[in-house]
Amino acid sequence: MERRHTLRDDRDQIEAAVAELLDALRGLEFDESSRFAIRLAVEEAINNGFRHGNKNDPEKRVHFAWNASPHRVQVEVEDEGEGFDPASVPDPTAEENLEIPSGRGLMLMRAYMSQVEYVDPGNRVRMAFDR
Amino acid sequence: MPASQSRLRIVDVNGVTRVEFLDRNILDEANIQQIGEEIGRVVDGQVQPKLLISFGNVDHLSSAALGTLITLRHKVDAKDGQLRLSDIKPQIHTVFEITKLTRLFHIHETAADALKSFA
Repeated sequence: MERRHTLRDDRDQIEAAVAELLDALRGLEFDESSRFAIRLAVEEAINNGFRHGNKNDPEKRVHFAWNASPHRVQVEVEDEGEGFDPASVPDPTAEENLEIPSGRGLMLMRAYMSQVEYVDPGNRVRMAFDR
Repeated sequence: MPASQSRLRIVDVNGVTRVEFLDRNILDEANIQQIGEEIGRVVDGQVQPKLLISFGNVDHLSSAALGTLITLRHKVDAKDGQLRLSDIKPQIHTVFEITKLTRLFHIHETAADALKSFA
């Protein structure tokens, strides 16, 4: 099962698209903790796309695609920004960065998904969750 | 829910301001900003704030929500106040563990435990 969405920075539209993925995962009998993990990573990726990639430009979109099978979910999120170097994001768990309010989205995506890969120039992230 | 409506339940419990979220999901940036501003005003209005944030109703939160909590912690610390978190569901607690924010916040299992911990 797969879907593609072109999202505006509109919460209702984002929620509907994510809910469709979660419904598919429920249908494929992914358990609650798997759905929690995937939802968290997808929300962070979409949010990063709008905030950091598109820099809150209301004219720009985030493209969200997914493919779900009983044992694997693949997600791709692409923004319309210039991209970034994921290696440049400081480790938010380092003692000196713990009190900095931002910069945790990427590490959560990596923590909860089996694979996270940014495609050059860094405006597209591919993620996979293996059951 | 219109943006002007509160997304929080705020009560005073023996000098401690207890904040509970009305939303199950704290994901929307605009809502998170509104929540941060509302709790921030509570902190601003107190000399030495004692603040308990209870997550009993919360099923999902984003990294932006974590950022707002850190900003609130700075505000409370700047006034030599005390901040406690409680009633965090296991999946959300894991998010705090992964981000190592368990080292930054005083987290209690229940609001009752947290209330006892205020000096």
